[in-house]
Amino acid sequence: MDTRTYPNRLGPWGWIGGGRWGFERYLYALHRLTGLGLLAYFLLHIFVTSARVFGPESWARSMARVTGPLFTWGEYLVFAAFAFHAVNGIRLALVELGFAVGRPIEPVYPYATSVGRQRPLALAMLVIAGVIAIWGGYNFLLAD
Amino acid sequence: MRDRTLWTWHLFAGVVILVFLGLHMTIMHLDGTVRVFNPAPGEPIGWDNVAARMQSWFFAVTYVVLLGAALYHGLYGFRNILLELNPGAGLRRLVNVGLSLAGLALFVFGAWVALAAPGAFARMGG
Repeated sequence: MDTRTYPNRLGPWGWIGGGRWGFERYLYALHRLTGLGLLAYFLLHIFVTSARVFGPESWARSMARVTGPLFTWGEYLVFAAFAFHAVNGIRLALVELGFAVGRPIEPVYPYATSVGRQRPLALAMLVIAGVIAIWGGYNFLLAD
Repeated sequence: MRDRTLWTWHLFAGVVILVFLGLHMTIMHLDGTVRVFNPAPGEPIGWDNVAARMQSWFFAVTYVVLLGAALYHGLYGFRNILLELNPGAGLRRLVNVGLSLAGLALFVFGAWVALAAPGAFARMGG
């Protein structure tokens, strides 16, 4: 593995600290946090749902272990995390591939950053993720 | 393999997940407003609906694709978070090998479940 490394002076704080990078940096931290949450849920999900190959009784026993208000709320959190992670992931991919960051310009004082160009995309992403999360919440309420 | 290649696969896996997990979430959690692939009345996790999807090779195959993409995307992301702490070469190797083996084992188990499901349902007399 030919990974080039740089000194990480921040340690674990570097995982969440946005510092002067601002709003988008915290969205990135939230992207990782939701990603880790989704990964943890997914690993359990593989085992819980494997009960289906052993028949309806096994499936019913497996589902009985994950019912109740706590699991319902937890499942909604997973849905909301998915909504954020998916839409923010599209934003991150677009920005990484050079879309929505504006054209390169000469570094002439007063210097301009591309953050201002990216901000509308971040706000639109938050609105879309919020709409999907509310849509999912409505369905969870219908199910109850 | 170069990290750039692994990162490209990470992005590609994200697109695959977006499509198939989007479909999965729609089936399982938006059923109150968008009712797809739930032919029986009741909840998407009700046995009749689970059994209906179990019989479908479309679901068996797409579950395997989703499983592989999600494991790769998730574990590679987790690896990057861990490696940001700049561990030594030994620990780095442990993270790389440990997560690769864990991912492979989970993929084998999950793929077996997904591919065995249609046959298992037939044996149940479905």
